[in-house]
Amino acid sequence: MSNQAIVEFKDVNYSADGLHILKNVTGSFPEGKITTLVGPSGAGKSTLFKLCNALKSPQSGEILIKGKSIDNYDPVELRRNVGIALQSATMIKGTVLENLELPLVLQGKNIEKGFAEELLHDVGLSSEFLNRSAKELSGGQRQKLSIARTLVNYPKILLLDEITSSLDRVSQHDIEELIVKINKKYGTTIIWITHNLKQALEIGHYTWVMMNGEVIETGESSFLHSPKNERVLQFVKGELD
Amino acid sequence: MSYLTLSITLIFVLIPLTLSKTLKLGLEKDTIIATVRSIIQLLAVGYVLQYVFDAEHYIFIGLMILLMIAAATQNARRKGASIQGITWKLIVTFIFIEVLTQCILLGLNITPPTAQYIIPISGMVIGNSMVLGILFLNRFTAEVESHQDETELILSLGGTPKQAIHSQLIASIKASTIPTIESQKTIGLVQLPGMMSGQIIAGADPVQAVQFQLLILFILLTTAVVTSIALGFLSYPTLFNERMQFLKWEDNDS
Repeated sequence: MSNQAIVEFKDVNYSADGLHILKNVTGSFPEGKITTLVGPSGAGKSTLFKLCNALKSPQSGEILIKGKSIDNYDPVELRRNVGIALQSATMIKGTVLENLELPLVLQGKNIEKGFAEELLHDVGLSSEFLNRSAKELSGGQRQKLSIARTLVNYPKILLLDEITSSLDRVSQHDIEELIVKINKKYGTTIIWITHNLKQALEIGHYTWVMMNGEVIETGESSFLHSPKNERVLQFVKGELD
Repeated sequence: MSYLTLSITLIFVLIPLTLSKTLKLGLEKDTIIATVRSIIQLLAVGYVLQYVFDAEHYIFIGLMILLMIAAATQNARRKGASIQGITWKLIVTFIFIEVLTQCILLGLNITPPTAQYIIPISGMVIGNSMVLGILFLNRFTAEVESHQDETELILSLGGTPKQAIHSQLIASIKASTIPTIESQKTIGLVQLPGMMSGQIIAGADPVQAVQFQLLILFILLTTAVVTSIALGFLSYPTLFNERMQFLKWEDNDS
């Protein structure tokens, strides 16, 4: 990958409960680009995200963010710069506004109404939603709110974990457009876990294929058309899951 | 009351034993064990208390209180087994609440500094603190377990461990103290508190018995709130490491 790396993994290993979840992971994610992470269930993709967000630490190896070891960052500062949106799109009890301003409330601030409305508009939600209960939102709306909430911190890196897998086709398309828009508007580096190879090909500039905790093949997403690795080929053909 | 009179009261044990036997409830063994244990334990405590009261020495008072704290800790620690270092956290909480209440009571001359007052009041304070501790730990571990996603979310957005666990902590403190507050609202209407009843039966002036009971009730309010808060603030940091990572996190990797 020719672009400058914003996140680098160097021989990273992570184990939990006696399972070797990530095995000698080495590779980088280029700054300002969309990289998709694909692979069968149990490949270690979500764990890799938690390592990027410093929610977990590896047993060995090194993770660099902008060339600096992740251990040298203050976790709070790091997490504000590396946003993460999960498939579960967890909401706290309260309104859409209370959920949206959560990252600022954690810093002792409140959100300005104009900024809240702009963020909602950016993710395709009407400002009428602001005073609705977050629990009443549909799956797609929750995902959009979850992404908007992460954007409040203006993260340099955005980690999106299977955010479209439980959505209908229309909502999936909305989110895909949103990801491209965020990448262009804010210059945010996006790393996106998806099961959908079409999304990886159409939206991702680069792709990592992971299996059983190992990085099998990486490169510009077009390599998925003709992968070199036999297991990746099988996965692309849908013979592995 | 003579021992002969006391032995007649065993009729109240024979009634459930007979009923259990007749109706095949299978409660006979437990009833007998409970009766024998209560006789031995209470008589032993009675004699020990008599000795301590006669000796009027602070070392014995201190030993009695330590014994209470040890027993309370032993009982409550099982409920918080998943929290690292729960034993010393309970000990610190019990010592703190005991010192706090006795400092106020003795410092402001509310009760005299004698074993007759210090020991029973300590028993009630530590006993109540133990029950509150168990209630709190039960609720707190359940809250932490069921709200892992929210904890994860707040940490991931740049929140501190304290912010990440705040709502679970408050919910657990509230849930564990509400029974104490609620029961005080109806006290005297439904049943007379044990200590007050005991004093009245022993011939004390009912108004004075009420005054002492009110003193105990107010102390128990402090005990309830302080126990939950102290245990909560001692416990939550052990759920995180120095990198502000949630240690109870389960791997739901996809």
